[in-house]
Amino acid sequence: MTLDRRNFIKLLGGASGLAIAGQAAAQAKAGSAAVSAGSAAEIMPKGSARRVIVIGGGYGGTIAAKYLRMLDKSIEVVLIERNKEFVSCPFSNFYIAGLMPDMKALTIKYDKLTANHGIKVLHAEVTAIDAAAKMVVTSQGRLAYDRLIVSPGIDFMTDGIEGYDAKTPEIFPHAWKAGPQSALLRKQLQAMKDGGTVVIGVPLMPFRCPPGPYERACLISSYLKKHKPKSKLIMLDANPDVVSKKGLFTKAWNSYYKDIFQYVGGQVTKVDTKARIVVADNFDEYEVAVANVIPPQRAGNIAVVAGLTDDKKRWCPVDAISFESTILKDIHVLGDATLLPSDGGAMPKSGYSANSQAKVCAINIVALMNDKPTTELSAINACYSAVSETESVSVSHVFKLVNGKIKITATAVSPIDFSLGKIEKAYGESWLKNVLTEMST
Amino acid sequence: MKQRWSRWGLTAGALAISAAAFAQTPQTPPTPEMISFACAGCHGTNGGSAGLLMPSLASQSKVSIVDAMKKFQSGERASSIMGRLAKGFTETDFEAMGEFFSKQKFHATNQKLDKALVKKGAALQEANCSRCHLDDGKDGKDDTPVMASQWLPYLQIQMDMYLSGERKMPEKMAEKVKPLSKAELEALLHFYASVK
Ligand SMILES: Cc1cc2nc3c(=O)[nH]c(=O)nc-3n(C[C@H](O)[C@H](O)[C@H](O)COP(=O)(O)OP(=O)(O)OC[C@H]3O[C@@H](n4cnc5c(N)ncnc54)[C@H](O)[C@@H]3O)c2cc1C
Ligand code: HEC
Ligand code: HEC
Repeated sequence: MTLDRRNFIKLLGGASGLAIAGQAAAQAKAGSAAVSAGSAAEIMPKGSARRVIVIGGGYGGTIAAKYLRMLDKSIEVVLIERNKEFVSCPFSNFYIAGLMPDMKALTIKYDKLTANHGIKVLHAEVTAIDAAAKMVVTSQGRLAYDRLIVSPGIDFMTDGIEGYDAKTPEIFPHAWKAGPQSALLRKQLQAMKDGGTVVIGVPLMPFRCPPGPYERACLISSYLKKHKPKSKLIMLDANPDVVSKKGLFTKAWNSYYKDIFQYVGGQVTKVDTKARIVVADNFDEYEVAVANVIPPQRAGNIAVVAGLTDDKKRWCPVDAISFESTILKDIHVLGDATLLPSDGGAMPKSGYSANSQAKVCAINIVALMNDKPTTELSAINACYSAVSETESVSVSHVFKLVNGKIKITATAVSPIDFSLGKIEKAYGESWLKNVLTEMST
Repeated sequence: MKQRWSRWGLTAGALAISAAAFAQTPQTPPTPEMISFACAGCHGTNGGSAGLLMPSLASQSKVSIVDAMKKFQSGERASSIMGRLAKGFTETDFEAMGEFFSKQKFHATNQKLDKALVKKGAALQEANCSRCHLDDGKDGKDDTPVMASQWLPYLQIQMDMYLSGERKMPEKMAEKVKPLSKAELEALLHFYASVK
């Protein structure tokens, strides 16, 4: 793969603008943290072993950390995660719709990654990255790295929604990060009176988990149909059309939830949590019992703060070899946060993609650190989505590297007659079990 | 050391090196690990499955993996999702998968099983299945997959598919399976699921 002169200059230009953007974002978001960062004391000083630090113990980060250690025990791996436990977004829609008693089946701990693989887990908030000094700054102090992997997931861009502030999600939950937000949405659905209106606001692509909102629409509709049949669920979709598994979801809505569910084009442009009103760009106004407004998304804050995002300050451009940032050397980005060179359809921002990318990244970081040739990417995405309490459907993709770009070599969805619905519901549960076991043992 | 924060440290120097990374040494084509690690999201790390419906691939013979993948791809073996995935890979990839999973350690599972059925199955397997499902199902003749320690629900689904004709049974296996009762087959599956 080569970079011609013109692109190189474009890259330079883009990146220097970005460096300033990064600085601004750092000050805006991290506030005093960015300033105090310089004085943070060094913790866990690096010994003679080469060290990779992984930021984010979610779908991408845990797997990168684990596979690095599986492939080369001589590399020290430090995984930095703010939370003591990780709660999976996949299957959280079941919990929200009251189909799981609690979030236990969605929750993993990190202790076995340490016991089984010798991964050092540090629970801290990463506040800055100094790419030049190869240092990560955390709420506990700063740490040195040889290579850094960043898999921070997403954060939200709420500027385009009038009236949306830091407190809005406490009243109109997004539930697009699993945990307290999922619990809140579930509680609101259970507390609402029969006959109320629920609105789900879907942001413009790209966002985390393209089929996620539509699966949520199915499961909440199913809940309402059973427990609050006079209620309505309205989906305001900012996209011109359903962006994932369209045929399958449309069929479910038409055949199961006709009396409850309505799909409406329109982007949420204004919220009023006091008056409980959601306004869309098609001038429709909805008085809501429950509003699940999912704002537009970008890479997790730390990626923006570190200057890893593109000139739109949204996603992190990386190569398709080791997912190394095309902006900052020796820093690799995984999962939802990435912008990958692709030929045709991009890798969906899914947990499966993050998992698969993490392994490609680990293989090639080990190669780079040992001066061995890297290996061409081969990756998979698969995603099971519920269309009802008892039936799920799936989409799958296989990806290969062609001329330095990621290309889909096969993609397909489940049969439209839902003939596999029941069995795929069970396969989906097995997938969750395997993927969470993979992340935590 | 004096800190120079990333935004200021991010100068043309850092970029030049990063850009140089584009002109990297040629990459090798996907290795068995590159291709097979991606399967673990569904089949478990190194093909050891913790999910009740996903089969373990660890320690399956190379022929059995390659054969299964070819049959998934052509549609000869009915599947929910494997046929769709197999279409994205080549025969060389299948060989790589076989290479990788055949080298992984046998994955033993702990399942709650009916002891009486396990015992009954143990008595039946020798005469009926052991010609191909070797060493109590821990090994297989030619393209015969490992059955030992596979999750019972997975084995039950596959047996149902054989019996309904949705999945084509090897002729010689059919000769042994057809005369057995549903209860006897259930006992056999319990036995294989119990083998560690
Ligand atoms: C409702 C819903 C349903 C979904 N269903 C599916 C599905 O069925 N299948 C599927 O494949 N995908 C699904 N997804 C998508 C999936 O959740 C994401 O694609 C996946 O989590 C991305 O992985 P990641 O590593 O990029 O981020 P995450 O998994 O979110 O991990 C990021 C981690 O980084 C930590 N972190 C971030 N910043 C910092 C910092 N500064 N300091 C310390 N720690 C930090 C976070 O706490 C978090 O633990 C779903 C998503 C949603 C919202
Ligand atoms: C989305 C989940 C998923 C992914 C990803 C996946 N599999 Fe499967 N696999 C299954 C399921 C489900 C079955 C059972 C057949 C079916 O219904 O598709 C299966 C069955 C198999 C079998 C048959 C096992 C036996 O004992 O007969 C083989 C072999 C196999 N898979 C290989 C692979 C390989 C190799 C990969 C990676 C390239 C892979 N699978 C990726 C879900 C998956
Ligand atoms: C002549 C050889 C032979 C005999 C005898 C035989 N099998 Fe099989 N078996 C196979 C082969 C080959 C396969 C894989 C073939 C395929 O479907 O692609 C298989 C597959 C299976 C599977 C599916 C496993 C999986 O991982 O998907 C089950 C279950 C099974 N056999 C049960 C039995 C039982 C029970 C008996 C005894 C009653 C038996 N077999 C006897 C050759 C045999």
